[in-house]
Amino acid sequence: MTESLSNLLGPEIGPLTAAVIKAILLVSLVAGSAVFCIWLERKVSGRIQDRLGPTRVGGKFGWLQGIADGIKLLVKEDVIPAAADQMLFRIAPYIAFSGAFLAFLALPFADGWAAVSMNVAVFFMLAVLSTEVFGVILAGYGSGSKWSLFGGMREAAQVVSYEVPRALSVLIPVIVAGTLNLSDFARVPEGTPWYESRSLFWNWYLFHDPWTFCAFLTFFTCGTASCKRAPFDLAEAESELVAGFHTEYSGLRWSFFFMAEYGSMFAISGIATLLFLGGWHVGIFPNDFGNWLGAAGNVINVIVFIFKCWLLVFVMIWVRWTLPRLRIDQVMMMCIKYLLPITCVLLLLISLWQMAVSVWPALLYVKYLMAGACVAFVLAVIVKLITTRHTLPVAGSAPVWRSPQSMVRSS
Amino acid sequence: MTEEIGLNHYLLLGAVLFVCGALCMATKRNAIGVLMGVELVLNGANVNFVALARFNPAFEVEGQVFAVFVIVMAAAEAAIALAIVLNFYNNHLSVDVDTAEELKG
Amino acid sequence: MSLHAFLFYVVAGLTGLSAIAVVVTQNIVRSAAFLLFALAGTAGVFFLLGADFVGATQLLVYVGGVLVLVVFGVMLTAQEPFVSMKTGAAEWVVAAVVGLLLYAAIAVSVLIDPVVKPVELQKAGAQTAPTPEASRSTEVLGEAFLGLQEATPKQYKDGSPIKVTGIPPERAPKRTPMGYLLPFEIVSVHLLVVLIGAAYLARAKRRRGAST
Repeated sequence: MTESLSNLLGPEIGPLTAAVIKAILLVSLVAGSAVFCIWLERKVSGRIQDRLGPTRVGGKFGWLQGIADGIKLLVKEDVIPAAADQMLFRIAPYIAFSGAFLAFLALPFADGWAAVSMNVAVFFMLAVLSTEVFGVILAGYGSGSKWSLFGGMREAAQVVSYEVPRALSVLIPVIVAGTLNLSDFARVPEGTPWYESRSLFWNWYLFHDPWTFCAFLTFFTCGTASCKRAPFDLAEAESELVAGFHTEYSGLRWSFFFMAEYGSMFAISGIATLLFLGGWHVGIFPNDFGNWLGAAGNVINVIVFIFKCWLLVFVMIWVRWTLPRLRIDQVMMMCIKYLLPITCVLLLLISLWQMAVSVWPALLYVKYLMAGACVAFVLAVIVKLITTRHTLPVAGSAPVWRSPQSMVRSS
Repeated sequence: MTEEIGLNHYLLLGAVLFVCGALCMATKRNAIGVLMGVELVLNGANVNFVALARFNPAFEVEGQVFAVFVIVMAAAEAAIALAIVLNFYNNHLSVDVDTAEELKG
Repeated sequence: MSLHAFLFYVVAGLTGLSAIAVVVTQNIVRSAAFLLFALAGTAGVFFLLGADFVGATQLLVYVGGVLVLVVFGVMLTAQEPFVSMKTGAAEWVVAAVVGLLLYAAIAVSVLIDPVVKPVELQKAGAQTAPTPEASRSTEVLGEAFLGLQEATPKQYKDGSPIKVTGIPPERAPKRTPMGYLLPFEIVSVHLLVVLIGAAYLARAKRRRGAST
């Protein structure tokens, strides 16, 4: 896009216009994703908790709940505590949001369709996502209350600790692919035979060998922890710290933290999709839609990519409302005593694997084995779900509570 | 595209960072403020390294390699400096560098 | 003013003003916040210079690591009278004068006629400026770590080789391809040892002098 606009408008205005258009697209994606994720979270949490979720705003399924929440937040009174550090309190949400938003600069939505397609894309994304922690620290300190300070410090310790196994987990598919450029992970170059093309699901790095499979699981876990999502969400632990570092924030300032959280969830899902799940490919076609249909095919790729990212965000939401929250010492123990050694061992094993492949090329066919095993597992689960006979509970079965007569008799 | 911004601009920016870091080291009474000055000095030097790597093709690689080395060593030095400051605080309950005038303790 | 120049002035101005604010601010946490902007601005300068890898390393290590460490140190050692330690007015004047003199000295040494003419450096720099999409800085760094060199040295557009150093060609030392992997490993192990030592040094000990 930059080249065509530069040719049209000149060497100065062209890149500027291209940058403005890309910025507008990214901001609308982040804001639209946040609005959609509000609705998704409330619906999913409702269903998991055996209730319906929003059903009133905007029709039977509460489609406009997100927009209603946004309008409510915009018109709330802007309150700053008297003990707060004025400058730090004000800039903290913007630092957090810009840390999450900058990561979208390097995220490719289709082949070459990134705002800035860098050769160090995944490194840049990890580096920029790690600057978000400073917004949390400044918010915790700047609020001038001890709950915020404790929440902010615990939060910062957790996020910074989980960056290490996260980066190691990212290194594992990078070693296999040999590049840091995120577009290269899913690109289908000219002349590859159809069974080797990255657009088929058995060529995705998830199935490349057992170690990248485990790396996907560790990356997703560390990514969930570094996004401060449950079960690692002590920073927002409502039962303990009121709301952690954003206790004193209301209205638009709070919504910046909120957009930062959903933005970083989307960015982590984007990295996971590109590295492990084949990026913008559907998985059953032997070539890229962009190669077949040009720009229209790339638009299809963008839609598929965003849908996959939302699927992973849905998994994060699902996990949040299923598992109980971990304590801070359990969180740090899990990072330092479990995830860090596991990722180091995986790194060692993938390096040995890459060296072994040059000696035994037959190891390259392990991916068919793993893909077949996963497909067989998924099919087995579906078959079991369909064929299991569900029995309705029978009235008069063993009661949960004892009847009052039996309680009196036992005393 | 780059005819306007030359090597001198980047070297002067590195000089600004260096001077601010040196002033910070000289004027701050808080020991951690002095540490921030050290970080600024190292960043000024890094800007010089990378600018010369860009404008002098003989150093295209070495400039960036040494900038990476400097970043890593600065991280190590910041960690140890903070450990020393924490120890000093545990012993003296203060991080004011003006109170650190005895060799004992 | 071209877009590159405008971006440079914005980023460099932000960095310089933040660095000055680090010195001027009395509150230690605010000066840590300004240090964040100065370090992030330096990373921006690295990206403007085409050093993507170094810029990302700067963000990851400095902003995400060192600065968090510094702020934790500030929080752990903060006490009411010391969060804002005042500097006297006379000290400000002396500091300003010394700072300006030091800056003048460095600026003069930068701007006077050096051995290698700035025009030549400018020409060489303009020749080697890549666009961000085509930047190969990571590959070049990786090859340098392994000790590989370009088979054909870089050339100007008219075919003459680019060799700009302060040393005349007949006295230039022979360049042997040196891999930087060993120094990098030494630095990494050094960092690990230093961090273990710092963690041991800063372990929780009984506080002497606390009121009992």
